[in-house]
Amino acid sequence: MADDIILKVRDLHRVYDIKGGMFKKASQLTAVKGVNLDVERGKTLAVVGESGCGKSTLARMLTMIDAQTSGTIEIDGLPIDISKTGISREMRQKVQIVFQNPYGSLNPRQKIGHVLEEPLLLNTDMPAAERKDLALQMLEKVGLQPEHYGRFPHMFSGGQRQRIAIARAIMMKPKLLVLDEPVSALDLSVQAQILNLLKDLQDEMGLTYVFISHDLSVVRYLADKVMVMYFGEVVEYGTRDEVFENPQHDYTKTLFAATPNADVESIRKRLAAKAA
Amino acid sequence: MSLLEIRNLRVEFDTAKGPFRALDGVDYTVDQGEVLAIVGESGSGKSVAMLATMGLLPDSATVTADKMEFEGLDLRTLSAKERRKVIGRDISMIFQEPIASLNPCFTVGFQLGETLKAHTGLKGKQVKDRVLELMHAVGLPKPEERFNAFPHQMSGGQCQRVMIAMAIACKPKLLIADEPTTALDVTIQKQILDLLVKLQQESGMGLIMITHDMGVVAETADRVIVQYKGRKMEEADVLSLFESPQNPYTRALLSALPENAKGDRLPTVSDFAQAGGF
Amino acid sequence: MTNSSPATKADATKLEQESRNATKAQLAEFWYYFSQNKGAVIGLVVFALLVFMAVFAPLIAPHDPDFQYRDSFLVPPVWQDGGKVAFLLGTDAVGRDILSRLIFGAQFSLFIGVVVVTIALTGGIVIGLVAGYMRGTVDTFIMRVMDVILAFPSLLLALVLVAILGPGLMNAMIAIAIVLQPHFVRLTRAAVLAERSRDYVIAAKVAGAGHLRLMFKTILPNCLAPLIVQATLSFSNAILDAAALGFLGMGAQPPTPEWGTMLAEAREFILRAWWVVTFPGLAILITVLAINLVGDGLRDALDPKLKRS
Repeated sequence: MADDIILKVRDLHRVYDIKGGMFKKASQLTAVKGVNLDVERGKTLAVVGESGCGKSTLARMLTMIDAQTSGTIEIDGLPIDISKTGISREMRQKVQIVFQNPYGSLNPRQKIGHVLEEPLLLNTDMPAAERKDLALQMLEKVGLQPEHYGRFPHMFSGGQRQRIAIARAIMMKPKLLVLDEPVSALDLSVQAQILNLLKDLQDEMGLTYVFISHDLSVVRYLADKVMVMYFGEVVEYGTRDEVFENPQHDYTKTLFAATPNADVESIRKRLAAKAA
Repeated sequence: MSLLEIRNLRVEFDTAKGPFRALDGVDYTVDQGEVLAIVGESGSGKSVAMLATMGLLPDSATVTADKMEFEGLDLRTLSAKERRKVIGRDISMIFQEPIASLNPCFTVGFQLGETLKAHTGLKGKQVKDRVLELMHAVGLPKPEERFNAFPHQMSGGQCQRVMIAMAIACKPKLLIADEPTTALDVTIQKQILDLLVKLQQESGMGLIMITHDMGVVAETADRVIVQYKGRKMEEADVLSLFESPQNPYTRALLSALPENAKGDRLPTVSDFAQAGGF
Repeated sequence: MTNSSPATKADATKLEQESRNATKAQLAEFWYYFSQNKGAVIGLVVFALLVFMAVFAPLIAPHDPDFQYRDSFLVPPVWQDGGKVAFLLGTDAVGRDILSRLIFGAQFSLFIGVVVVTIALTGGIVIGLVAGYMRGTVDTFIMRVMDVILAFPSLLLALVLVAILGPGLMNAMIAIAIVLQPHFVRLTRAAVLAERSRDYVIAAKVAGAGHLRLMFKTILPNCLAPLIVQATLSFSNAILDAAALGFLGMGAQPPTPEWGTMLAEAREFILRAWWVVTFPGLAILITVLAINLVGDGLRDALDPKLKRS
């Protein structure tokens, strides 16, 4: 099994230059410091951390939106270093991304059908009729109706939009899907539907997920492996059970302690403490 | 007598597609020293209810209620001027976006001072002392330094602390917190919730927590109102709500929590909607 | 296709229908917000009448605009003493019918508006897109050039340009377009800056869209709303500036029945014959007002949509 690693990251760094002003010296900010990780095919790695910990920067590097400063990324045996080699069609078909905010990630002036067909149009030489067929199939797959094909994004609810965003991401049958907080902008009941959909798609298409989240309960539900980031560094990395049962780093412990408990036992405890 | 009592509250908005009823005959009561959580998803009307109480809704909204009393004072017939006197002093509110709620042009110390001057008779040195005292009370480290800080120089959690300080500046009898921690990180959320509950217990004020997060409800509330599409689904004390939810929608919400997942799939609200018929 | 295609032939028409419905719904919503603004609807009606008048000028106008009636110099409007029924709004100093000249003048005004806005809009969008999308040195250079143009009083700059290019309607239009262009550049750039970091742009980038596609197909359609509003307002500005240039003798040359030029010719008769100046002036006023009202309505209709999506 250990051979079937689809995503391999070694000593990844990302440094941002902060431009100096008239009275301020230029400085540097290291957003990601020496990240190493391996993800097996068909598994889910959850990246947990608070805002500013570098998890979104990591996602942007994995999806080739930004280039790394140093270190190597290898997706399905293909080395990724866009500052040196640029991006090829082959690289694009390996990895796609789903964003957090379903209201911002769809072009308001583009009908759903065109949203879904765009990746095919740009990366394949498929004829229009075939693209349309694929788009309609994909709509069905993510739980939408064929008549949604010609509608505009603003006619959909947040959950439906996130389904569309997921459909767009898997149009090219990528090997790796980076999910940047895909459910944190959604209502609880919709969140459950989207999580179910993600699980189904993973089983069906053998997708590998890098799931970025700050919500530990979602991570616990979905992840095989968990990585906790803090100020750009990985402070905890292991299987879900290892991390949740026996957290090593202080920050991970703080994080667990801060997560609200919605079970009856802890409510009882709180009320008892209050009465006393 | 309850602190706030509202009977049969209805709110309607005029929209391009005709009137939209955001809230349909809901009752609310809050007692002194009580933490009431109003929980619901977007579109449940949870924020609208409290904005209507505060008189903060836009003109396109029509608010009707059979009764809307704060300490026996009828809020429906209050003039704008009288209402302003009550709001800000006896009832205050904090919002979801702490950084957007503060004026970026003034230091936090100045803004806190203005609030104090508007509602109390304090002057000069007294104001500054009270501001520092408040900043200390909400757990802002080094109040003397923070006094002259601008909102953009502070983190989201610190800004929310300033908002809380502003809200409790005049020792309100009722504090309404509208998703106070949604924009914050988990560890900060914990601190803010703890702070709110601590302040509430110390002062004995009523606290209304508006939230979509069952975890926040479990951590703070005494009593819970569950809303869905402008209607009240269930009202219960927090323990019995989590232990034995009566309404199918509440049950659906609770089982949709990932930590309550049994087996491989999460049940969704629509699974329950068919069975429960709400 | 291994699995059965969901788009069987029977569905195809239904899908098409659904897609048209979505477009229709958007237009209906746009019209709802536009029609809420009563002034805008009135402006639109006036503007439509104006277009009608311009298009069918040869049929509507009672006289040839350039024909000089030697027996009727400075005839007052029909309701004044000495007015003639043949000349409803009177005649000018060389005996031409003012009403006919105004009707034909509408052609020029609309032509000026369309040409100027087209030149300024196209140039402004391309330059603004490049500046907003590329950022860096290119952006700085473009914006400083635009600042220089904006720093001149607009009419003065137009005058200088006309002086270089030579007087005439075409040159006047080019000059006005150049003067108006920086507004479009700034507006486009600001809109592009706001849009370019949005998630859907990044998503299109991840999907493999190139720079040109990102600029013109992804970003530009989302920046159009403020540009449309600005285009309407510039339309009236162009008419106004052209009239001013005409008045100064730098625009359309006599005997062209252009409103500004008509005003200029009538300058010496202001005290003796009020109608030769009043009616062209009124024509300019009404046209500009109508277009500005439409622009306001467009702003109302297009802005909330931007906020919602």
